[in-house]
Amino acid sequence: MTALLRFDRVTCRRGGRLLFEDLGFELRPGEALQVRGPNGSGKSSLIRVAAGLLRPESGAVDASPLALADDSLALDRELPLGKALAFWRGAVADALESVGLAELGDVPVRLLSAGQRKRAGLARVAASGAPLWLLDEPANALDQASVERLAALIDRHRAAGGAVLAASHSPLPGMWRMLELGE
Amino acid sequence: MIGSLVAREVRRGFGGPAWLPVAFFLLVATLVPFAVGPDVRLLGRIAVGILWIAALTAALLPVERLIEPDRADGVLDQLAIRGTADEIVAAAKIAGHWLAFGPLLLASAVVGALLLRLPPEQLPRLLVALGIGSLGLAALAVAVGALTAGLQRAGALAGLLLLPLAIPLLIFGAAASGDARSGALLLEASVALLLVAGAPFVAGAAIRASRT
Repeated sequence: MTALLRFDRVTCRRGGRLLFEDLGFELRPGEALQVRGPNGSGKSSLIRVAAGLLRPESGAVDASPLALADDSLALDRELPLGKALAFWRGAVADALESVGLAELGDVPVRLLSAGQRKRAGLARVAASGAPLWLLDEPANALDQASVERLAALIDRHRAAGGAVLAASHSPLPGMWRMLELGE
Repeated sequence: MIGSLVAREVRRGFGGPAWLPVAFFLLVATLVPFAVGPDVRLLGRIAVGILWIAALTAALLPVERLIEPDRADGVLDQLAIRGTADEIVAAAKIAGHWLAFGPLLLASAVVGALLLRLPPEQLPRLLVALGIGSLGLAALAVAVGALTAGLQRAGALAGLLLLPLAIPLLIFGAAASGDARSGALLLEASVALLLVAGAPFVAGAAIRASRT
């Protein structure tokens, strides 16, 4: 099977500081890879390079259609959650259900708590139908029940032939291959 | 995606901020008689110039809300990930911004013309010239909004960028509002066309460059 994400000797430098050099890995269908490292080690930059939002200094990145959940919510604050998510298309109702926000579809986005916003971002990823998920600190601000739902969501996605690349400094639920940065 | 982007701009415009330039436009038009005196003949003569200056300053107000909120909230990133080119996003924003800005500006120009006693036979010419000019101003506002997105004191910088770039529109637009036979309308239209055609590329490149 072909890889959903391939890094080939990728070097990333930001603000003159070398974050990682000649990094190479592949992510195949069903795989999950966690990027780990201390604050400022380049985890988020790696995610943005994978998403094609940041150009690496050298090397090549090959990625399938992907969905990204990071710190930015990208949902219109004044709209109800369901409508705000619908702007990005996809199976919104199912996605809200899977992150436990089905009840809050009519609540304006600006009234959501930090944890609920994080889950709304995950719902957008789940609704996208993209085979490759890029998650930046997906478990931040989540309560225990939400962390379990996140694990179930990721398991379902992997079972359906998807792959997940997550950046997190703390352990994530489930089985992950590890990639250490900043050593 | 383009259609829903345009619709989103229009919705966000009429959701509140679209009325701000209108109020500002009318306020400027109301202030001038206080400054130059209530001489009807004088006001009628300078009305076109006043309304154009008011339109230019009104066009400046929305600049900060056009690109920066979407950049900061990751909307531009999510659109890029979905394969929508930054230029297309900028073009959609120009279209959506004009729909929320142009027609309201024209409506308030009618009110402003009445306030300043613009000779009635000049009103259609003013509206045509201002309508074409508002397209150029909308394009310019999006381009300048993208260029200043994420900068400190973006508002002040936006004024310094936008107003000089709008001078050709002002010259030909004001001339076309006053005299139909001068050919100024064609020159104004060509300036507006240039702005509308060029702005998406400027804004798209600026959006890409601001991505960190």
